[in-house]
Amino acid sequence: MQLYESVVIARQDISVTQAEALADDLSKILEEQGAKVLKRENWGLRSLAYRIKKNRKGHYLLFNIQGEPDAINDYERRMRIMEQVLRYLTIRVDEHEENESIIISSRGKTGLQSESTNTEAEMKQNTGNGREKSNTNEINTSSNKGDSK
Amino acid sequence: MNQRQKQFTKRKKSCPFSSPNSPKIDYKDIRLLQRYISEKGKIIPSRITAVSAKKQRELTIAIKRARYLALLPYVVNE
Repeated sequence: MQLYESVVIARQDISVTQAEALADDLSKILEEQGAKVLKRENWGLRSLAYRIKKNRKGHYLLFNIQGEPDAINDYERRMRIMEQVLRYLTIRVDEHEENESIIISSRGKTGLQSESTNTEAEMKQNTGNGREKSNTNEINTSSNKGDSK
Repeated sequence: MNQRQKQFTKRKKSCPFSSPNSPKIDYKDIRLLQRYISEKGKIIPSRITAVSAKKQRELTIAIKRARYLALLPYVVNE
């Protein structure tokens, strides 16, 4: 039995409930193959760093899996067929993180912190467009908060 | 060491990941990884950031994973 960590990006135009349903489906596929899903996380709708198949945003799902490589093969094969899945990354890990992953904990604490770092980074890059960009970032983070509720 | 040599010796920076309570390198920790990429999105060489060779290899893998998952950009234009 190996430990795996898997992140799946789903298309932006599916709803939060559909994303949850997708997560249910995927964990069902894993369990059919005799693998165990030890932890599941939904990071919500996040903006992508670049466009993937014309999507600017995506639903991020994280699974902590314990199981055999065969189960992972089947799980990845099924995801390649699914249209909702934009991308997936499965890696073998020596041990799972017990707590919620950094993405959730850093977002949960203070939205303000991440916003300030974003604006700082953009100010460095181009002082002219800094203001406009920081506004869009604020909108993104606020919409993320709404989804997580 | 004479005066002249002292003037030119650099203060040695230590690797930010090698001490026992330093942060773990994780592809999900975007805020940490962002410090090690340039404004254009390139990975900053370890001779500038003083990351040890072993940790730089880990860092490179983490940054590339984060890029694949669109958590970090491959390139920043403009």
